[in-house]
Amino acid sequence: MATICEVTHEHIIEVENFSFYYAGVDTPNLKNINMPIGKGAVTALIGPSGCGKTTLLRCFNRMHDLYPGNRYEGKILLEGHNILDKNEDLIKLRTKIGMIFQKPTPFPMSIYDNVAYGLRLQGIKSKSELDGRVEKALKDEALWKEVGDRLKSPGTALSGGQQQRLCIARAVAVEPEVLLFDEPTSALDPISTQAIEELITKLKEKVTIIIVTHNMQQAARVSDYTAFMYLGDLIELGVTEELFITPKEEMTEQYITGKFG
Amino acid sequence: MTLQERRILLNKVIMILSTTAALLGIIFLFWIIAVLFYKGFTALNLNIFVHDMAPPGREPSGLRNALVGQLILVLGASAIGVPIGVLAGTYLSEYGGKKSRLARLIRDISDIMMSTPSIVIGAFIYAILVAPMGHFRGWAGIAALVVMMIPIVLRTTDDMLQLVPGSLREAAIALGAPKYKMIIQVVYRGAKTGMLTGILLSIARIAGETAPLLFTSFSNNFYSTDLNNPIASLTVTMYNYATSPYEDWIDQGWAAALILALFVLGANIIGRIIIRKRKGEH
Repeated sequence: MATICEVTHEHIIEVENFSFYYAGVDTPNLKNINMPIGKGAVTALIGPSGCGKTTLLRCFNRMHDLYPGNRYEGKILLEGHNILDKNEDLIKLRTKIGMIFQKPTPFPMSIYDNVAYGLRLQGIKSKSELDGRVEKALKDEALWKEVGDRLKSPGTALSGGQQQRLCIARAVAVEPEVLLFDEPTSALDPISTQAIEELITKLKEKVTIIIVTHNMQQAARVSDYTAFMYLGDLIELGVTEELFITPKEEMTEQYITGKFG
Repeated sequence: MTLQERRILLNKVIMILSTTAALLGIIFLFWIIAVLFYKGFTALNLNIFVHDMAPPGREPSGLRNALVGQLILVLGASAIGVPIGVLAGTYLSEYGGKKSRLARLIRDISDIMMSTPSIVIGAFIYAILVAPMGHFRGWAGIAALVVMMIPIVLRTTDDMLQLVPGSLREAAIALGAPKYKMIIQVVYRGAKTGMLTGILLSIARIAGETAPLLFTSFSNNFYSTDLNNPIASLTVTMYNYATSPYEDWIDQGWAAALILALFVLGANIIGRIIIRKRKGEH
C-alpha cells in the first residue's frame, strides 16, 4: 500500500481503487490507485519514464476514450460524482477539467480565435462578451502586452513559450475547475519555463492543478503535494517539502536522490 | 591513363549523358507547347466562343456548345465527386484510422483505381448506365468522371488530414469540442491548403479526359444542356475534329486543344502556387 499523507485542502477529486488497462493489454497500466487531490492546490506527479504518470493524468479528462479499447476500473470522484460513469457527458467533463500538452498546440487560426475557441464551443456568441473574456484571459496569462495589438495574426506565428501561454489562456478562458498540465515546459527554454511556473503559482488561486513533470526541481518549486509513481503503482503521496526532505518510502528516497530513474 | 584521370573522365561522361537526357525531356515538352500555342492561337478567334459547331466549310462556326458541355460535365462531376471524396478521405483519416481493415482496403482499392486506364472506366459506365438505357447521355459522362475523381480526392484528403498532428485533435477534444467540430474547425483548417490543391489537381485531371466520355456522354453537334441527351465536350470534339479531313475543323481542333491545355495548366499552376505558399508558412 502506498503511503498517503493527509491532504489538508478540501478534496476536489478522490481516486478510489482505480486501475487502467490499455487496449489489448491484460495487465493494468495503473494498479489500484487511491489518492485525494486538494482543491486549489498544485499536485505534481513524478516518477521515471513509463511509470504511468501521464496515463493517470489523461484519465482525469477521459482522454483515453479517444482511442477504442481502453478500460477504466474503480472510481474517480469529482466533487463526489464518478466521472468514469458510462453515461458521463464527456464534453461537459472536459469543460470542467482542462488540459495543457507537452508541445504547444495552437490551432491554425488567429490568436483571438484560439482563445475564443472554447468559449464559442460553449455557445457564447456575443462579440462584446467574447472580446472581454479573450482580453481577460490573455491579461491573466501575461500575454496581453505582447500580443494585444496583433490579435488577428496567426497563433502559430508566436514563439514556443508564447504559444504555450496562449494554450493556457485558451484553457483558462472557459473557467475550468481543474487544469491538467502534461510536462508543459519540457519543450521550452529556461526563461519561458520560469514564466509558465509563475503562471501556475498564480493560477492555483482559481483552479486546482495537477502537473506531470520529469523535472524534480520543478515539482519542488511549483507544487503543494507530490505523488511519486513507479511502474503503475502510486508509491507515495506527500506534502511536497516533506516528500523531498523526509520521504517515508525507501523507493521514493532512492528516486529523488538519483539512485535510479 | 592514371586512375584519377579515368575517374574524372567517367565523371564527365555521366554528367553529359544525364544532362542530355534531361534536355531531351524538356525539349519535347517545349516543342509540344510551342506547336500548340502557334496553331492554337492562329485558330483562336471570337467566333470560337459565340458560335456553335457547324458542318465543314460553313461560316460562322465555333465551339460554344463544346465549351458549355465541357464546363457542365466538369462542374457536375466536381459537385458530386469532391464532397464524396472529401468525406471518404475524412472517414479514412479520422474514423477508420491506420489500423482499421476497412480503411486499409479502401486505401488500396483507391490506389489501384487511380492507375486504372480511363477507357476501362468509360467502358464500365457504358455497360451499367448507357447500354441498359439505350442511348448516350450527359449524366453517364458525369458518372464516369466522378468515378475517376473520387479516388484522387479521397487519397489526397486522407494524406493531408494525416499530416495534421494528433496533439491538435487532442487539444480540441480537451477543450470540450465534439468530434465533428474538432474535424471541421481544427483539422480541416490545418489541412485546408493541401486539400484544396488535391481538389484542383483532380479537376485538372478529369478535365483532360476523352476516353471515359467517348462511350458515355458521346458528343453533340448542337447546343444542348440537357444531361439526358448526348452532350458535347472539348475533348471528344478535339478527337473528332483532329481526325477529320477538313482544314477548318482541324484548325478548330487546335483551338480546342489550346483552351483545354490552358485550363489544365492554369489549375496546375494555381495548385503549385498554393503548395509553395504553404511551405513558406512553415
